[in-house]
Amino acid sequence: MKLWLYATLTLALLVGASCLIGVADLFGSDLDGQMVMVVSRLPRTFAALLAGAGLALAGVVVQMSVQNRLVEPSLVGTPESAMLGLLIVTLIAPGAALMVKMSVAAGAALVGTLVFLWLARHVPRRDPVLLPLVGLIYGGIIGAAVLWLAWTTDLVQYIGVWQSGEFSGVLQGRYELLWIVALVATLVWLAADRITMLGLGEDAARSLGLDYRQTLLAGLILVSIIVAVVVVSVGSIPFVGLVVPNIVSRWRGDNLRRNLPLVAWLGGTMVLACDIIGRIIRFPYEIPAGTVFAVLGAAVFLWLLHAAPRRSHG
Amino acid sequence: MIQLDNLSITKNGADILRDVSLKFGQGGITALIGPNGAGKSTLLNAIAGLITPSQGSVTVEGCDMIRARPPERASHVALLAQNEQVTARLTVRDLVSFGRWTHHKGRPKDEDHRKIEESIEAFDLVTLADRRLDELSGGQRQRAFVAMAWAQETPWLLLDEPLSALDPRHVRDIMDRLHALTRPGENQRSVVIVLHDLSVTARYADRIVALKNGQLVTTGPRVLAMTGPMLSDLFGTGLAIERFGGRDVVVPC
Repeated sequence: MKLWLYATLTLALLVGASCLIGVADLFGSDLDGQMVMVVSRLPRTFAALLAGAGLALAGVVVQMSVQNRLVEPSLVGTPESAMLGLLIVTLIAPGAALMVKMSVAAGAALVGTLVFLWLARHVPRRDPVLLPLVGLIYGGIIGAAVLWLAWTTDLVQYIGVWQSGEFSGVLQGRYELLWIVALVATLVWLAADRITMLGLGEDAARSLGLDYRQTLLAGLILVSIIVAVVVVSVGSIPFVGLVVPNIVSRWRGDNLRRNLPLVAWLGGTMVLACDIIGRIIRFPYEIPAGTVFAVLGAAVFLWLLHAAPRRSHG
Repeated sequence: MIQLDNLSITKNGADILRDVSLKFGQGGITALIGPNGAGKSTLLNAIAGLITPSQGSVTVEGCDMIRARPPERASHVALLAQNEQVTARLTVRDLVSFGRWTHHKGRPKDEDHRKIEESIEAFDLVTLADRRLDELSGGQRQRAFVAMAWAQETPWLLLDEPLSALDPRHVRDIMDRLHALTRPGENQRSVVIVLHDLSVTARYADRIVALKNGQLVTTGPRVLAMTGPMLSDLFGTGLAIERFGGRDVVVPC
């Protein structure tokens, strides 16, 4: 209970800070402070929280699905596949509704992730570091295809937006798609036990009575939706899905029914904190939250590689 | 009753099991023995319905294990596979409670909690119940998984080399526990277990199933079917059964 008190306090502090910090002076005379709040600051705050929470949850699901703690959506090719889908739909039907584009992106993300899962079956499990390396290369190949396609069709400026998660462009009316993440997060939480069982491995899960394939597919569909929504609305933020679940797992274990809310909270607050840091560091200019997180995340990732006892992630 | 009819399993073009037909009734401990690569684990997985055979059928208590839905399968048979690789940092109690998942689907009732605690106690895990699996030794983790499979409360319990990481005391504890569980009475269960220690087999098994190169060599009550010449032939090395201190032990000769 005490934990949740602190969690709520931290969240409230960060939301407060996020609403107050920015180039526009809320209490100045020449701008309507209330309007800045409703149109820009609050949407931006919600967007960071939703994207962070969603990516952290997606990370947990991917890690459990392949039984490896060192992966996350952007290490299994999911965002790159989503971008490929987005690019293709932009070329074929430039005027398609955002919802349609998002759906195509989610579908492409799912296909890309399933292909990775198929690849993962052939990767020896002895060394846990091998799988993320394979994923890195796999994601790199799809990313290269995306870039090539964008170059030849003169759409490179889109790629930049999709690749670097940042929230300065978030405005009322342009981020609401992200609320889908809240819905998907609820579904992930309802499936918490099943996802924990995925983490026990295929044999054990099936023997316990879980419909393994159906659960795996459902989990990856949820991951694909989250990643597609985040890529479309604010751009991909690497490392969130890797770092956050690992911190929570080390701290509180892996009973997901108990811990998923914590994962969502930590993902949301960390991304929001990075966004705030990005706004302050070279005020009045901004550094994308994704960049700030990548710097912190890379450090934590290296620490995880170094400190992880091998047997615990098999 | 477990009934296998003309079961054949092919993996990557190689025959793992060839035309195995078997039938045995409830109760007792059935030991699966045979040299490495004989197909013991595959047979166990097939009984649990986790492998689709290329030919033949598997029936457990009248349930067609090949076609049954996962929850139905899991209500007949609990399988503990070999070398569980654990990614999940769960406490022992959490793990054991997953054994009862088909019963409670995430909402454990009083009875589930009782069975979970019973299982924890039965396998000497009380002091470890709140520890996480990644903090335990291999043998302790092994016992936690056996407790999980037991908590599933199925008529049949299939165990694939559950003793491999255990010290002599816990080998004895677990086998005594399984022995008691499988005697006639209320809540009698049946165990099919892959064993490598032939003296343990000689002491505890009621029935043996011997496999070699994917084929059934012999099956029957342990006292009749397990003989020195049969074992020597099965493993391709001289083995004899001697009486020692009133028990049968298997020794090289």
